[in-house]
Amino acid sequence: MKKSVFGKTNERVLMGRSDVSEALDLIADSIVDDHRDDGMMALVGIRTGGIHLARRLVLRIEKQLSLEVPLGTLDINLYRDDLVGMARQPVLRTTDIAFDVTDRNIVLVDDVLFTGRTIRAAMDGVMDLGRPARIQLAILVDRGHRELPIAADFVGRELETTEKQVVKVRLQEEGHSTDVVIVTS
Amino acid sequence: MSSSSRHKSAIRSTKTVFGSPQEGCISRKDLLTIKSLDVRDIELIIDTAAAFHEVAGRAVKKVPALRGKTIANLFIEPSTRTRTSFELAAKRLSADVVNLSGSSSSIMKGESLVDTGQALECMGVDLVVIRHPAAGAAHTLARTLKAGVVNAGDGAHEHPTQALLDLFTIIRVRGKNIAGLRVVMVGDITRSRVARSNIHLLIKLNASVCVVGPPTMIPPHIEKLGVSVSYDLESALKGADLVMILRVQHEREQRSLFPNIQEYARLYGVTRERLALAKPNVLVLHPGPMNRGIEISTEVADGLSSVILDQVANGIAVRMGVLYLLAATRGAKGVGGA
Repeated sequence: MKKSVFGKTNERVLMGRSDVSEALDLIADSIVDDHRDDGMMALVGIRTGGIHLARRLVLRIEKQLSLEVPLGTLDINLYRDDLVGMARQPVLRTTDIAFDVTDRNIVLVDDVLFTGRTIRAAMDGVMDLGRPARIQLAILVDRGHRELPIAADFVGRELETTEKQVVKVRLQEEGHSTDVVIVTS
Repeated sequence: MSSSSRHKSAIRSTKTVFGSPQEGCISRKDLLTIKSLDVRDIELIIDTAAAFHEVAGRAVKKVPALRGKTIANLFIEPSTRTRTSFELAAKRLSADVVNLSGSSSSIMKGESLVDTGQALECMGVDLVVIRHPAAGAAHTLARTLKAGVVNAGDGAHEHPTQALLDLFTIIRVRGKNIAGLRVVMVGDITRSRVARSNIHLLIKLNASVCVVGPPTMIPPHIEKLGVSVSYDLESALKGADLVMILRVQHEREQRSLFPNIQEYARLYGVTRERLALAKPNVLVLHPGPMNRGIEISTEVADGLSSVILDQVANGIAVRMGVLYLLAATRGAKGVGGA
């Protein structure tokens, strides 16, 4: 686990394990309400933070709807708006969307919504694979400070932050001892 | 760290090697040789190519990653396949591409390679892909240009992207554990840049490589690279995991290397009967274009063991990976130098 070089004094826990779980329940319930009658829903987790959250949401949604919800993962690096001029290329991971996105109702899943640039890239990435009927956005933490006209459809928790702060979501699936949302200033 | 433990960990998992996803970067501005790459670079290229392999399977095979970058294909020696592969790779990354060939460029008017390169650079070219009949041509260009240089074959020296696409093809079928695989490389080892690049690559990954051909085609002291030598194809093929067949290069002067083409085919042509001596799951690779009936029989070329067409398809993904990784270091301070 990575520790801050300054110790833990400047890290503040915003959400613990049960908060994350409640937020995901809330998101899953809203997605189910919104999609109750369509069999065309699919979740796409944005690498890397969104993947584990999307997997957890699919389990919750499938339990409620008793139908299979396809799950894909998306690497947005090729669609970033800051690639030109980066000194180091981000490492690419494979996009793995095994279903046809055309005519699907796609729910993008990510951990933190900040500037909105990642989501813009993700929308371009999905659109390159086909023509979805609809794209929605589910987010664990909305921390504000948007730089693009993008809003989430399903939000777990809204957090007040300053622009300089860093919000990190750490999940058990990534090898952390528990789920936690941390702000560093 | 011992070299064997480094190889092991490098090949097993991507996470442990690269740390956080933001840290990946090839450690130079050019791709000139396999010899100068370390295992980390190799694995980064292979993993990046895997991401582009997915892109190649889409209905829309284009991504915006290199929008605004310009890539020049400078092919002083004729080539269709490699040039097309690089051109498609660049276009699928949304880069702008210019193609220059030896016969149509000012090289014919006597301009030096370095002058051509500098002119391209002044026109805003970010990467130069060069194929040249002289060994070291890509190095010469790389030393003088700030633009990145990709060696697409320099004389009998190296052809790094061919070796990387061969490795990528093997990994797609066999997985990442290359160490211990028994590789037979058959043909004109002396004059083959494909052989040289592949030998360096496979030895770095701890495969066991045996080069096979008539004595006139095996360079002296090749064992120093870590390979074994055999003049008898059939004994070498026993228990082989991979067979890499090199092209008999009619167009170059090879008359003195063997009495005639038929004799070469009889002694060193890979046929179905000979291939049966290898492991049942053997893979057959050939960099193309093939001379059917000479170095490879049609049965083998089109057989179940052949991954020759996969090599062609994978070539685009691997070259997209290389161009993607090199294009970023362009213009970044302190990253230059080969």
